[in-house]
Amino acid sequence: MKISKYIKIYSLFLSTSIASELEYKTNVIIDFITAILSLVGSVFLLTIFFQNTDNIGGWNFEQALIIQGIYTILNGITNTWFNPNLTEIVKHIREGTLDFVLLKPLDSQFFISLNKIAPSGFLEIILGVALLFYCIGINQININISFLVLCITTLFCSIIILYSLWFLISTTTIWFVKTWNATEVLRSFLYIGRFPLNSFSFSLRIFFSIFVPIAFITTIPSEVFLGIAKLWEILFELIVAGIFFIVSRRFWLFALKYYTSASS
Amino acid sequence: MEENIIQVENLSKSFDISSKEPGLKGTLKHFFKREKKSIEVIKNINFGIKKGEIVGFLGANGAGKTTILKMLCGLIYPSQGKLSVAGNLPYKRRSNFLKNITLIMGQKQQLIWDLPPIESFYLNAAIYDIEKFEAKKRIKKLSDMLEIEKELYIPVRKLSLGQRMKSELLAALIHKPNILFLDEPTLGLDINAQRNLRKFLQIYNKETDATICLTSHYMKDITSLCKRVICIHEGCITYDGKLEKLLKKISPVKDILFICRTDKDAKELSNSGFIIKNKNQNEITITIKKEAIKSTLKMILNKFDIEDLYINEPPVDEIIGNILVKGKV
Repeated sequence: MKISKYIKIYSLFLSTSIASELEYKTNVIIDFITAILSLVGSVFLLTIFFQNTDNIGGWNFEQALIIQGIYTILNGITNTWFNPNLTEIVKHIREGTLDFVLLKPLDSQFFISLNKIAPSGFLEIILGVALLFYCIGINQININISFLVLCITTLFCSIIILYSLWFLISTTTIWFVKTWNATEVLRSFLYIGRFPLNSFSFSLRIFFSIFVPIAFITTIPSEVFLGIAKLWEILFELIVAGIFFIVSRRFWLFALKYYTSASS
Repeated sequence: MEENIIQVENLSKSFDISSKEPGLKGTLKHFFKREKKSIEVIKNINFGIKKGEIVGFLGANGAGKTTILKMLCGLIYPSQGKLSVAGNLPYKRRSNFLKNITLIMGQKQQLIWDLPPIESFYLNAAIYDIEKFEAKKRIKKLSDMLEIEKELYIPVRKLSLGQRMKSELLAALIHKPNILFLDEPTLGLDINAQRNLRKFLQIYNKETDATICLTSHYMKDITSLCKRVICIHEGCITYDGKLEKLLKKISPVKDILFICRTDKDAKELSNSGFIIKNKNQNEITITIKKEAIKSTLKMILNKFDIEDLYINEPPVDEIIGNILVKGKV
């Protein structure tokens, strides 16, 4: 795999999909407004939860805002990359246009996972980062290199876990053809990631950290932010991310053997 | 002897298909328990194709033409048998194999819908490791040949079907493939657009010596492009050879138009027991078996006052249409 080739192609993916999106100006503006309103709404919801209590699952309001910031960044990444690409897999398989992807001398997973981009999600990422910077201020967190490396690593792992889960579900389309509902369930699980893992009962905590590690993907980066993460948790997230990515890749290559292409 | 660029031996393909009974009861039954059947859509076929050949795959809908094409380009795994395309196992989809082939489907498109086609061309060029300068040269050459220089900068969604198809062709040929798989490339195009596309494919084949495998329901595509045809019926090959030979084999009759000088002769001729294909005042078209042409003509010319006559082959469309219906050659 030539990295320079893939970088060049990705820059073309970026320019073509941004150009495609900007063809519809109103749509982009509406998406921007939605992103702002969604963040305002979520913070408002959080203030309601904390109206009568000082902490939920051991997290106070200022700390819970960090989870909200990480959730906003992840949601931004979902809207920028995962949503436009991974929901298209279903369409590619139903309509048989996956044929064109498979016949290109390029990694098919790379092509279908990254060929589109929705620029409106960028705003959410920026808002999420801004919220995190605000949280660094109000929680009086010291920034140093190891802090930044750990934050970026855990956040990156969270993105990989989320991507792999979504990609795994979308791959099953090769057998089941329509899996819109399953990806919708995954998105609703992602909403759960706005709340600290400790605020759930023990059994739900196990479910959301092992079977569907959604809560886990926002909680661990947030703990890293607050300096309360344990080393084993970070290592565990790294391992989980690695396993999920390898499984999603293997599963895709395995599933392609069963691809029958749509009839003409 | 020249080696085959495509070699297929004892190739079979089965698909699992579930069927559903009509009505709500059938739907519920289908939802909870699907009865799956394995259907063999390609049955033990053999053929070889030489470099530079243009081969037409003929068959009714569902005969298995597209499945064969998709196995040849590596999209579908064969269930049994051997196949080799340019020395490769297609389903491995190795990079050097994919750079050698292209698939064009009349009913599916790969161009980016909201952008001008030139953007998709440069993207494809990068995917196939073609330098920008070289890509520019190829786009210029192919757009000249396809006569779409102006359309390169207009968003795809605003192009006509014909212009879009030409752009699809350019996108699929930018990497100069040696083997072209065309699945109904002229589908939905008007007569002029069809003719232009055919002309382009003929020139492309001549200039590059590319091998072309084609399926089409427009007989004109087959007759003007392919010297060789492979007829498929229910997953089996029923004929593999020259189109000309096929037409002779399956059409042992000719249509002869007689123009009689008088109404009386026309009436008598039409009542002489021949197979009348058409009658229009004094013009009568009779279908005669090829081996009986000489004697029948002699007899008619002696007996009736014939002003003029024309000998015609039955239209190819009609003959091929019959093969598709009967499946037998």
